[in-house]
Amino acid sequence: MKVLYFASLREAVGTESENLEPAADVRTVGELVAWLATRGEPWSGAFAAGNRVQCAVNQVMARPDTPVSAADEVAFFPRVTGG
Amino acid sequence: MQVRVQTEDFDPGDVIHDLGNGRPDMGAIVTFLGLVRDMSGTGAVEAMTLEHYPGMTEQSLEAIVAEAEGRWSLQDITVIHRVGRLEPADRIVMVAVASAHRGDAFAACEFIMDYLKTRAPFWKKEETPAGARWVEARDSDDSAAARWKERGQA
Repeated sequence: MKVLYFASLREAVGTESENLEPAADVRTVGELVAWLATRGEPWSGAFAAGNRVQCAVNQVMARPDTPVSAADEVAFFPRVTGG
Repeated sequence: MQVRVQTEDFDPGDVIHDLGNGRPDMGAIVTFLGLVRDMSGTGAVEAMTLEHYPGMTEQSLEAIVAEAEGRWSLQDITVIHRVGRLEPADRIVMVAVASAHRGDAFAACEFIMDYLKTRAPFWKKEETPAGARWVEARDSDDSAAARWKERGQA
């Protein structure tokens, strides 16, 4: 699974992308976030509740219950501020 | 319909001129032009850098434009958003909408901007005398986008 980070989240985790093999029971965005947090810092801090991290799966905005699988591109980022 | 994400500046006059490719049934063109401001809450902003998610950015803007086309009777739309480093007074975003009548063009232009601000993956980082900082999203932008949903569901 390709995981991308943007903006302040990219700075918080210290990388813009990584290839991950999450645990087999990770089937949704919410479960992926929980699994990332189990890796400890910096992920646990970056994904702490209250940070309002947004997610896109295969470049489409996603929700915590959006399914994820090994072939997906999953991106995490702060709330957008364009315009 | 045209969506452009680019570092270089653009000429709003050219954008308006090119809209609709000269079709004779256009009755109205409404445009929004967004500029970089030098103040944002606290302290002076010397410059800002716009980061985006290549691929998703274009895809999300195209989806927003398609949504507008489904809601109103429109003849042409151009959306341009700049990325990279920009300074105060620089043009940052332009939305131009052509329609037979002004009502549809006004509504669609505002809708596209409201959705762009909450759904298109751009992030601003400001340079200030106190250092660089990421711009925080505003809840008022969420409310602005939400009112269109309410209208569509009514």
